[in-house]
Amino acid sequence: MTREITGAQSLVHSLEAVGADVVFGIPGGAILPAYDPLYDSTRVRHILVRHEQGAGHAAEGYAQATGRVGVCMATSGPGATNLVTPIADAYMDSVPMVAITGQVASAAIGTDAFQEADICGITLPITKHNFLVQSVDDIPRTIAEAFHLAGTGRPGPVLVDLPKDILQSVTSVLPHEIWPPTLDLPGYRPITRPHNKQVREAARLISASRRPVLYIGGGVLRARAAAELRTLAEMTGIPVVTTLMARGAFPDSHPQHLGMPGMHGSVAAVTALQKADLLITLGARFDDRVTGRLASFAPKAAIIHADIDPAEIGKNRTADVPIVGDCREVINELIAALAAESRPDLEGWWRTLDGWRRTYPLGYESPADGSLAPQHVIERLGRISGPETIFAAGVGQHQMWAAQFISYENPYTWLNSGGAGTMGFAVPAAMGAKVGRPDATVWAIDGDGCFQMTNQELATCALEGIPIKVAIINNGSLGMVRQWQTLFYDKRYSNTELGTHPASPRTGVKRVPDFVRLAEALGCVGLRCDSAAEVDATIEKAMAIDDAPVVVDFVVHPDAMVWPMVAAGASNDDIRVARDLAPDFDYSGDAEVNL
Amino acid sequence: MTRHTLSVLVENKPGVLARVSGLFSRRGFNIESLAVGPTEHPDVSRMTIVVAVEDLPLEQVTKQLNKLVNVLKIVEMDTSVSVQRELMLVKVRADPSVRSQVLETVTLFRAKVVDVAPDAVTIEATGTRDKLDALIRMLEPFGIRELVQSGMVALGRGSRSITDRSLRAVDRSA
Repeated sequence: MTREITGAQSLVHSLEAVGADVVFGIPGGAILPAYDPLYDSTRVRHILVRHEQGAGHAAEGYAQATGRVGVCMATSGPGATNLVTPIADAYMDSVPMVAITGQVASAAIGTDAFQEADICGITLPITKHNFLVQSVDDIPRTIAEAFHLAGTGRPGPVLVDLPKDILQSVTSVLPHEIWPPTLDLPGYRPITRPHNKQVREAARLISASRRPVLYIGGGVLRARAAAELRTLAEMTGIPVVTTLMARGAFPDSHPQHLGMPGMHGSVAAVTALQKADLLITLGARFDDRVTGRLASFAPKAAIIHADIDPAEIGKNRTADVPIVGDCREVINELIAALAAESRPDLEGWWRTLDGWRRTYPLGYESPADGSLAPQHVIERLGRISGPETIFAAGVGQHQMWAAQFISYENPYTWLNSGGAGTMGFAVPAAMGAKVGRPDATVWAIDGDGCFQMTNQELATCALEGIPIKVAIINNGSLGMVRQWQTLFYDKRYSNTELGTHPASPRTGVKRVPDFVRLAEALGCVGLRCDSAAEVDATIEKAMAIDDAPVVVDFVVHPDAMVWPMVAAGASNDDIRVARDLAPDFDYSGDAEVNL
Repeated sequence: MTRHTLSVLVENKPGVLARVSGLFSRRGFNIESLAVGPTEHPDVSRMTIVVAVEDLPLEQVTKQLNKLVNVLKIVEMDTSVSVQRELMLVKVRADPSVRSQVLETVTLFRAKVVDVAPDAVTIEATGTRDKLDALIRMLEPFGIRELVQSGMVALGRGSRSITDRSLRAVDRSA
């Protein structure tokens, strides 16, 4: 007699077979059948989150910290739609993720049944692909395909929608017997191996260049090519800039690193791109936050553009040498091709770059009233916690400061929401990272606005034994929006005051919520720090606690701003190092390169 | 803007049309005409999509289309090396006083009458866009009561087929 299992068992066995060790999720009506066999699984750990958005971001944090596919699970209707934000986030930042959703029974689809939502239709533009499973026999193959799609080529989120009757019906297809199932993806053929001729042409351009820059994007991290990048940079001596998505792909302490380019990038990084004669673009996509006004971006540069996604090449900026391929293979091929070429002479270029670096280092001023500078807090966090620490940020000023003032020495130690800019990313992403890398110290650097969007996952952390640490950079407002109101809206602070400071000027109410008491209510240790003198001791105290999540309320000055800045839509030539303060671009130092 | 005709081979699966058409609308392209139907292979459908778009955005939309997992192959059909046809059904007012004139027009365009009523005829015509437009202009004076057109379908001239290799891939994975 043939053995039969349910669709739900088939799903859980398939997850086991594909190697998913953690699932973040919440049960509900339609997905309920899957939770019964999940209860028995010894190989898949299910972590019960408090909101599906948390499940999605946790899967993203897990994926980015480990390089494996993250998995989240939700029920139909609102459960599934709560996953929409993290799915969109994963799509924008190319995070490998599989979302599994319950669906109403096949016969009820299209009838506006209870908790019905067309989640495949809804996520069509924000998934790499999605599946509505229509036969119980297809479950193993679909799960295998979903993981394959999510993790290969340009990674991204894949959704698998499972009607309840499919989970409940029986099948004789046993995942463990047929694994790995034959994939049926005739239209999916990602190109990983770069074209020889293009690589040789790139090597020739590199060798002949006088002002080249390695413009490094998140694709280098997705390709796990940090070591190869270092070899390439060191053999050529070419300066490196790492985008917000690529922080950690190249050590910040490396003398060839100019920092982060873009809207809040360092003067040296932004200006190096502007003045370059060659951009070696690896796994980056000429995003508007990097290029500023596109028409005036890097006007003199020839472009080598390597990406695994052919659609990125030529999308925003025409490439002189387009290379489709996996960044690690591209870099390895470039290294081989460059062996036959002479090294570019970059002495004059480096003198110019060093001049910019010396003249316009990243910096900040401590507030005159003795209140706490947010940059100081973040700088000390990086220093004290050390280069092995994983940092996850929310979105806004604290995110930019965390990208600027922490020295990232290792890949996969910086997690943030770059493309989508999802407030509330930090706490659940840090939770996912800690689950994937339990031995690492994981800090969420969050804002007081972001933190109020997803802090309920601290309950998950407390109960599931996931001791993350959260630094709330509490400036009492939606800081980045407030900064724009300061700069562009005549200091009219419309709806940016949050009331999380000791005394809110608008309401007079003190500390709503009180983050220390909130942390304690969520089963965490709550600490507070509001003076520079206590910063180090507070961080050390938080570092010493390893058996519970810790939340530190750093009460910082409300008026601190992120500098340098290129205003939205402006040219990168119009970078400001502080308000109304433009760098002297005619400064040539002892440069010999004619710009 | 230039008019482009794309032949897109896709897996014959539910939702594929929505994926393809959604991609066009998302990126702000207006589809002028779209025809979908089966091919010589049961697992493969063929879409013929006509869009008016500049070359550079067309390249981007083609690349995005290629990324759809269910899309097997995309070929742009150049008018000079392909046969392009549309089908039109048109119901024209034709009482006995003008019927012979209407029928004369039908003959002239090598169209045919597929239904007759006392005061109207229904005409079936196939051809290129230009031919059908010309026919419509000729029939307008009689009074067009109703008109329906298919999307354009197109096939490359000569013996080569765009489907050969794609179909092999489908067979392999099946």
